[in-house]
Amino acid sequence: MKSHIGPAIRLLLLSTVVLGLIYPLVMTGLAQLIFPSQADGSLIVRHGRVIGSRWIGQQFTSARFFQGRPSATTPPYNGSGSAATNYGPTNPALIKEVRTNLAAVLKANPGVTASQVPPSLVESSDSGQDPDISPAGAMLQVPRVAKANHLPGAAVRHLVETHIRGRFLGIFGNRYVNVLELNLAVQALAHGHGG
Amino acid sequence: MTVQGILQLVVLLAVLALLAKPIGTYMYRVYHGERTFLDAVLRPVERGVYRFMGIDPAQEMRWTTYALALLAINAVGFIILFLLIVLQPYLPLNPQHFKHVPLWVAWNTAISFATNTNWQAYGGESTLSYLTQMWLVVQQFLSPITGVCFLLAMVRGFVRHNAETLGNFWQDFVRTLLWISIPLAIVATLVMVGLGTPQNFHAYTQVTTLQGGKQTIAQGPIASMNSIMQIGDNGGGYMNMNAGTPFESPNAASLTLQLLMGFLVPIGCIYLFGLMVKDVRQGWAIFVAMALMFAVGALVVYHSEAAGNPLLAHLHLAGHANMEGKETRFGPALSSLFENSTTAVSWGSTAAANDSLTPMGGLVMLFNMMTGEVIFGSWGVGMVGMLAFAVMAVFLAGLMVGRTPEYLGKKIQAYEVKMAVLAMIVPSFVILVFAALSVVLKAGRSGIFNHGPHGLSEVLYAFSSGVGNNGSAFGGLNAASPWYAATVGFAMLFGRFPMYLPALAMAGSLVKKQRVPASAGTFPTHGWLWILLLVGTVFIVGALTFFPALALGPIAEQFAMQAGKVF
Repeated sequence: MKSHIGPAIRLLLLSTVVLGLIYPLVMTGLAQLIFPSQADGSLIVRHGRVIGSRWIGQQFTSARFFQGRPSATTPPYNGSGSAATNYGPTNPALIKEVRTNLAAVLKANPGVTASQVPPSLVESSDSGQDPDISPAGAMLQVPRVAKANHLPGAAVRHLVETHIRGRFLGIFGNRYVNVLELNLAVQALAHGHGG
Repeated sequence: MTVQGILQLVVLLAVLALLAKPIGTYMYRVYHGERTFLDAVLRPVERGVYRFMGIDPAQEMRWTTYALALLAINAVGFIILFLLIVLQPYLPLNPQHFKHVPLWVAWNTAISFATNTNWQAYGGESTLSYLTQMWLVVQQFLSPITGVCFLLAMVRGFVRHNAETLGNFWQDFVRTLLWISIPLAIVATLVMVGLGTPQNFHAYTQVTTLQGGKQTIAQGPIASMNSIMQIGDNGGGYMNMNAGTPFESPNAASLTLQLLMGFLVPIGCIYLFGLMVKDVRQGWAIFVAMALMFAVGALVVYHSEAAGNPLLAHLHLAGHANMEGKETRFGPALSSLFENSTTAVSWGSTAAANDSLTPMGGLVMLFNMMTGEVIFGSWGVGMVGMLAFAVMAVFLAGLMVGRTPEYLGKKIQAYEVKMAVLAMIVPSFVILVFAALSVVLKAGRSGIFNHGPHGLSEVLYAFSSGVGNNGSAFGGLNAASPWYAATVGFAMLFGRFPMYLPALAMAGSLVKKQRVPASAGTFPTHGWLWILLLVGTVFIVGALTFFPALALGPIAEQFAMQAGKVF
């Protein structure tokens, strides 16, 4: 054993310098050079101000905005601390949570029935930062958002349709709508209409 | 379930079957000193490393020497990490002035990263200094390599005959690091950044959201850590929720590629085995056996998650898929595929909250880990575990016809079977005993988050994940409590060394034997009969050992859920 300790310590020493120090620094340099925007977190800048990252969801409560999924972080959509509810399938808290969330969605969107609400809109995400909702989850909010922004429903529906992203290679994952990007588009349209 | 959802599994398996040969061939060339495209750069580096370490790579080692060298680097790695964590208040690179970490958490974390488990009993960004975090990445590079070394030594035990030695540990280790770990990590980092994962050293970004709220966006060198985390099947991500967080996996493309990354070296190991024993059919047989078990598991998880939770049926939502703890961009199918892989391939990084999976989804996860993670199973160790099962399978087949079993041209005798059994008993014993203690003792019970049968599943999952060196968790369990930090620490240790040292001992015994030429009485270890026997052996050993525990956990919960009962 003793004759192996020396080589082991020297190998770990070398690894510390190369893998712990040089590797992350070189990778940062390369990443910043080749993909500067992604490497800095895909931040969205408007009027010279950072308003968020396209990948990190934001909390929207106003009727004028499309709203995202329930988030288990404190505060909701905490950008520096991801968390899920961890409710098991037979935990009464899960059923209470979904029921409460559904009531909130139905109240905020008059005329919408439970059978229009996809589970993803009333069940909490894994990260608590989910930036997306399903196309169905966006469509059911169209009448409310259109009304609050004094926009024609067809125009808002068209915005949702153009913001639907497909699956990877047409196979992997699910179709979704990025809520922040959609809301930016809604806001731009509303400003165009003088609202 | 949809056709598109099932297609994800089919395409994945097809791609894996296509990639196994080129990767395995490359690995074979690396370990046998044949030419590769990286030689011009890496050969001189390799020589320099040996000189700096002061070792002679040509010196062959017996199994005991090989094992001691392997233990040495793991022990030194453990001690350094343990000291870094305990002494962190007095060491540099601690701008947040993080204080003392409780001893049991330091113990747990140091073992966790030395054993390729990456179980995280701490809150990374709120507990560990930059220096400690930096060293975790070093361990993420080094710890998977130990697994490949286990495999190389074991296969040499079959391949060499009338010999004493199993190769040089340091050469196997350094070559893996230089030719496999580092190049893959570099490519993976750039791919991840290209798809949206941040890589910077900026302070956290303060933003005013569109609606006027405040949000702090955590940043950092995420891609360079996550790439080796995923390539090395480590699992300890930068963010709390791993690949579920948008920064670690911003879209389905990035998650699909991470899925592939985790498989690369494990499937390469299978083909490498086939090449080393000079009969690639042997490798393919194991590949097919693993792929079969993987496909069945993935389909059960997907079916169960797509069917959803009957306790929510009375709300009459548009669809019934279980989306609690899942991300929109992945959906039930890709999430299920990733979670099945996280336990089968033992990478431990998650893209969904496992605690919120349906009971049958959780059952498959548990079974993948309880059978020793032999369904692809991380760098080398999944293959080693499968070879132990293969020894058991030929032994069973031999018993049926009353003939001394052979495998890969070596007679399998009492010593080999004893070692194989030892490798299977140790993990089962540790999982069941610690789980039983946890539900009896108050210290264990108070850490459980969900009540009823699901609580037992949480506990079983923790020890299965620890023993399997997996690292994923049913996240509700209080992993930082002294009881779980200490006991899961032991589980990780037992799951690594007492499980795989018998494999080395078996190799040490096999290497001395002479080759027996295949005869008409030799049971062929390729073809469908063998594949089914192997799968059957894994299933029966797993089922016999764990059925009572699983019946009280996920199976009881399934029935309760269907009967409308909550806890």
